[in-house]
Amino acid sequence: MSDGGDLLTLDGLTKAYPGVVANDDVSFAIAPGRIHALLGENGAGKSTLVKTVYGLVKPDTGTMRLAGADYTPASPQAARAAGVAMVFQHFSLFDALDVAENVALGMEDPPPRRQLARRIREVSRDYGLPLDPGRIVGDLSAGERQRVEIVRCLLQNPQLLIMDEPTSVLTPQEVEILFRTLRQLAAEGTAILYISHKLEEIRALCDSATILRLGKVVATCTPAEKSARELAELMVGTTLATPARAAGGRGETLLTLDALSQPALGPFGTPLREISLEVGAGEIVGIGGVAGNGQDELLMALSGETRVRRDAIRLRGAAVGHLGPVARRRLGLLTAPEERLGHAAAPDMSLTENAVLSAHVRQRLARRGFVDWRRAKDYAEHVIAAFDVRTPGPGHAARSLSGGNLQKFVIGREVMQKPDLLVVNQPTWGVDASAAAAIRQALLDLAAGGAGVIAISQDLDELMEISDRFAALNEGRLSPPRAAQGLTVEEIGLMLGGAHDMEVAHAH
Amino acid sequence: MIALERRPEPSRAWQYATPLLAVALTMVAGGLMFAALGKDPFAAIRTIFWDPLFHPQFAAFSRPQLLVKAGPLILIAIGLSLGFRAGVWNIGAEGQYIVGALCGAAAGLALYPSDSVLIFPMMVLAGALGGWAWAMIPAILKTRFNTNEILVSLLLVYVAENLMASLAVGALRNPEGGGFPGSRNLAQWDAASNPELIAGTGMHWGVAAAFIAVILAYVLLARHLTGFHIRLTGEAPRAARFAGVSPARLVIFCLGVSGALAGLAGLFEVTGPAGQISIDFNTGYGFTAIIVAFLGRLHPVGILLAGLLMALTYIGGELASFMLGIPAAAIQAFQGMLLFFLLAVDVLTNYRIRLGRREVAG
Repeated sequence: MSDGGDLLTLDGLTKAYPGVVANDDVSFAIAPGRIHALLGENGAGKSTLVKTVYGLVKPDTGTMRLAGADYTPASPQAARAAGVAMVFQHFSLFDALDVAENVALGMEDPPPRRQLARRIREVSRDYGLPLDPGRIVGDLSAGERQRVEIVRCLLQNPQLLIMDEPTSVLTPQEVEILFRTLRQLAAEGTAILYISHKLEEIRALCDSATILRLGKVVATCTPAEKSARELAELMVGTTLATPARAAGGRGETLLTLDALSQPALGPFGTPLREISLEVGAGEIVGIGGVAGNGQDELLMALSGETRVRRDAIRLRGAAVGHLGPVARRRLGLLTAPEERLGHAAAPDMSLTENAVLSAHVRQRLARRGFVDWRRAKDYAEHVIAAFDVRTPGPGHAARSLSGGNLQKFVIGREVMQKPDLLVVNQPTWGVDASAAAAIRQALLDLAAGGAGVIAISQDLDELMEISDRFAALNEGRLSPPRAAQGLTVEEIGLMLGGAHDMEVAHAH
Repeated sequence: MIALERRPEPSRAWQYATPLLAVALTMVAGGLMFAALGKDPFAAIRTIFWDPLFHPQFAAFSRPQLLVKAGPLILIAIGLSLGFRAGVWNIGAEGQYIVGALCGAAAGLALYPSDSVLIFPMMVLAGALGGWAWAMIPAILKTRFNTNEILVSLLLVYVAENLMASLAVGALRNPEGGGFPGSRNLAQWDAASNPELIAGTGMHWGVAAAFIAVILAYVLLARHLTGFHIRLTGEAPRAARFAGVSPARLVIFCLGVSGALAGLAGLFEVTGPAGQISIDFNTGYGFTAIIVAFLGRLHPVGILLAGLLMALTYIGGELASFMLGIPAAAIQAFQGMLLFFLLAVDVLTNYRIRLGRREVAG
């Protein structure tokens, strides 16, 4: 199936791990100058596939050809030497070093510093990615850090650039800048393999797409010709239900945040600065923002893990800022943290034990200090059934569940306690599309039943789908909330702090 | 290539099998060590594990010793295991054991030679309070100033030893002892003695307390919310915070309980088997109990069995050095091997061994 015009062809790649076939007979080709999307849910095999191309994983069977020659990279060094570069989802940068030093660390034979700095300036100017080689990486925004990684790749003049979920940490404006850069690269003949599960982005950016499901190629298509819904259904393999929302007005005020401030917890924390917000019965307030702008701190202040000024948090008018998590739960203020394993749930404990973790107060799973394990097991089974958590039973350890299933359990555990106010942080992060839809529906149903919900998320599409009002968290400050209906992407972007004044970059 | 592969869930079977495997490996490695010392390894192993219980000549003496030695080990290890489960590392049980014995003995001796029946219960209380108070020093320093409880509790052992030495020749010295260091013999003072409850078994109040502690610890960990929070804190500290556990309160609780139990062990020892406060009253139960706690998987029932096994190697070790001339250091090395192998094979609970070709990093 070697087609003379293709840069990279994959033919019958199979990679099995114990218990799971990550890639099953995967074949596709990428032509020079094309942006090719690799689309699939978590666990569909995208990561294994790109790691194979980048020399991190050796396939069991199958062959790859790059620019007409056999391509069997034994290591990332070999892959880079062959002209394949990759920008990872999680950056591999040293905070304490400056940009030029970080770039040099990722190169096989870095040129002298002065020359390298000049090359960085040239490349960043040519591709609209402004970067000062002398700045310390620790001071850069997420978007700027990503530029360091991209520039590092571009300095090696790659034939193929792999980008793994590049937009998950960017504001809409930064995404626009990135897309212009990628289009320019493609126009110059670089092939780009773009991995994402954000369908609208792929429709806007990519020339072709390969869709993976459970390790197999299920479709190859031109994304612009498909609707986002069609793509999602190809990814999931079933038809998706759009969350249904009942139109309801905002009821009495349940939660009041009054100039909630809190110093940073530790050297890499973000302080919360004078956050004020009111949440009414029956409404969902979406809080957007790029990670690291105070989301964790806000959740912990609301859960009671960190105590704040008494009347900075009021529930139905009663000051609760000084209360711990147990007392707040008793009053009806429940939370679900972002990190499933280790924060929301104990990895090695069973689901029954994890049910006791946060539900023993409201579900009366303990009597005079003694845990009623029968009731706890019943409650865990109840959550498992109501939220369709896929597990052999409540006796199994939390860490044995997939991310999506554990997240359904964690959200379900709180929702089933009938909270007056529920705060969730990244409710669908790393969760497959069908589980995400179920979780969003549960939040909508909860609000429809008269509870207030605060949804903290980086996924703006999600927030627009479920929120009644939207506010942005930026460097620990919360913007005044605005009605979500009719809010444009540009307005949201500006609320999130824009593109850190880098818009001019593409002006010339 | 041999590769370790993480199991999706900890293996229950291996959780129970690893202590047995560790004992077996210790016998093999210990046997090799004894052989290298020029002793018959089979005789040595038999002398350590078998003769204390069944030797026609020695068993009558050594069999009761089993409970006498196991009692304090179990009592202390139960307390330590609660802290270890929660990630609170009390290494200074030896010091709490000493201070418990000192306080209990001092409280009793203050009323010598009364024969009130309340003397012994009061001494028990004073012993527990003494151990508790000594453990509160690292607890409060940790919660107030974030000091390391490992260092503080360990160093306080040496303070306690010197305190005991000074009291043994000072305030607590037997006025009728002819100037020799050491207190009056409490075992020979009926109101304060902790006698053998059933003749020929070694069973005394301390052993009974150890059994009760095993049961209470089991109930606490398996049924009570506090026990659940202890386990939760050890396994996932952030999740424990989320559940509403106060780390400071847990530190105080765990150190307090382990200190009180160690103090009790010291009191029962000084009023029974040891009989008096002397310069070398302590024999390392507080440190050996750390091994017992881990050998027993930090599980109450496991600790009960581990305490008995450890006591057996003590008695058998003495027997072996006496009968076969094996040096005491070799016996200690043998006991060390037990902990070493236990920790080493522990990896099998969470990992499985896979033989096969190496996986490329990824």
